[in-house]
Amino acid sequence: MERVLFGDNQFFGVNHSSDEKARAQTIRFQEDDAIMAVLDVAIDEGINTFMCTTHDRIGEICNRIRGNEKYKDFKLYPCMPYAHKYANAITELGYLGTIKQFVPGNIFSTFAKGGLAFMKKDFTELAKLMIDAEMKMFKGINTPVIWVQNVITDLLLGLGMTDFLVVFYNHIKEKYRAEPGFITMNLPLLLDTLEKAGIENPTVCASINKIGFRMSGGIKKYEEVIGQKRCKLVAMQVLAAGAIPPKEAFEYVCSLNGVDSILFGASSRANIHQSKSIIDSCSVLKHGPTSKVNYY
Amino acid sequence: MVRTGIIGLGKMGISHCAILGAHPDVNLVAVCDSSALVIDAFKKHSRFQCFTDYRKMIAEMNLDAIVIASPTKFHTEMVNYALDHSLHVFCEKPFVLNPEDAEILAEKAEMKNLVNQVGYHNRFLGTFNEVKVLLQMNILGELYHFSGESYGPVVLREKGSTWRSQKGQGGGCLYDYASHTIDLIHFLLGKPMEVSGTQLKRIFSNDVEDAVYSSITLNNGLRGQLSVNWSDETHRKMNTQITILGKKGKIIADATEVKIFLKEANELLVLPKGWTVKYLTELTPNVDFYLRGEEYSSQIDHFIKCINNSETINKSSFRSASCTDQLISKLISDNK
Repeated sequence: MERVLFGDNQFFGVNHSSDEKARAQTIRFQEDDAIMAVLDVAIDEGINTFMCTTHDRIGEICNRIRGNEKYKDFKLYPCMPYAHKYANAITELGYLGTIKQFVPGNIFSTFAKGGLAFMKKDFTELAKLMIDAEMKMFKGINTPVIWVQNVITDLLLGLGMTDFLVVFYNHIKEKYRAEPGFITMNLPLLLDTLEKAGIENPTVCASINKIGFRMSGGIKKYEEVIGQKRCKLVAMQVLAAGAIPPKEAFEYVCSLNGVDSILFGASSRANIHQSKSIIDSCSVLKHGPTSKVNYY
Repeated sequence: MVRTGIIGLGKMGISHCAILGAHPDVNLVAVCDSSALVIDAFKKHSRFQCFTDYRKMIAEMNLDAIVIASPTKFHTEMVNYALDHSLHVFCEKPFVLNPEDAEILAEKAEMKNLVNQVGYHNRFLGTFNEVKVLLQMNILGELYHFSGESYGPVVLREKGSTWRSQKGQGGGCLYDYASHTIDLIHFLLGKPMEVSGTQLKRIFSNDVEDAVYSSITLNNGLRGQLSVNWSDETHRKMNTQITILGKKGKIIADATEVKIFLKEANELLVLPKGWTVKYLTELTPNVDFYLRGEEYSSQIDHFIKCINNSETINKSSFRSASCTDQLISKLISDNK
């Protein structure tokens, strides 16, 4: 994992502090060219990993990247699922309708893989089929880490359905030969839970920032857990939705021994350059300029 | 530990289930749903006792409290049954379909001294609570208008087959979306009493409205507009916004920010003349377990606090939710 990862919220109208800014970004990134242009800037600035949700539009971005010499060293970290797609479908179609819509093949045909799993009420198999459906758009793309979004990780944590987290972990390792990652808003609880399920030193992405925003259980508890180095850790929401000035924000996360990578999103060259430079300069002392986490 | 059960494992029920499951003061012991698919999944993969009959769950599980997240048309019967069995009740919104039932159930819960709450989560958002404080400080002076708006992308095509798309079951934009907006107006500005010029507009649904437009008069005489549409795909998810106009300025607030415009500086509150923007990051206290917005965890936490400490006054009681039910029925009559 590289020290700096580039995020995609800005492209899809996700802004945790302002719905108005979110709308402006949706308008700006209406065309795929606009997204590609920003990705090119990120690459120019030395960022080679794009962490992106499995939004329909990422499929188009994959088509641009696939087989293109220019992007041969570019990596995508898919984060699944794009939750609003499912949430809206459940409201409109119900659970059964949603499964019908998103599990490939006819679930009422026992001859189809999905149908068999459905008839047998094999939820583990259904989960794998849904993962595969989400991964379809990334065929032929380098995806060394594959993430499950926090809404699913944390839902399963709360429900105590740890076995599905294990299913995800094993399926990603076995079928995609990739590192499974868990995004969470509940870092301490997640680590305790995964360790109990036999998953040691997992790859985790959590909200980590100087003001404790979306750090469930509080910043003290987080700092303690981060210091224990029980996971390969990506810090997200480092700027706390813009509440902390960049220098102060990045200095804080870079000072935490136990944070391996930092995820941020930005739309302008100036902001991308600034963020990358601050992280690089704060990281040299602790991690060395080319520090990477090696998985295998 | 509050021994708790849940009826209904739809989108809201499953979210409550996770939040309760992770709550340190709650022992979530049982879940109930009529769908064999859902109950089988819980039987195989969860630690909870599973039921398809809620009466059986209440009879066997010795519960202190219950969360009801079934389709709205079942609320009256289930809430009533739960109160008869002396359970504290958290019920999803909208409360009930028949506004007379709402008053009866509120009365019953109060008589029996049971904690009663309806899932209007906007009351637990940092931004809207900030607006409430600012209004209590009379920051805008005499108010003369408001508009309450909610938009989102639920029904975008001509199809759909759940209870939310069926008339008479609590489906439609009015029950599902506008109830939140009405409750927020009530929470911040006063009790909505009368409506006029109501339009319940079908856009894609066959049986129910997809948009609600109306003029609302509050008990304090203030009037404003209600504008709600769940077939608006220019919003990524549900977005509720309130705009309040007064002689001294204006406030525009949604889940993420509060924008305040003042004609003159307010020295007491240290707010300058002109615009001030406050963000949820400074207005939102941390929760112990986060799933999908602090407000969902906070409202459950509040429910449990009210059970554990009888002094705590509930922020979203049956009584206050009943007001929304009454207004919904007025909107339906006014549209005819």
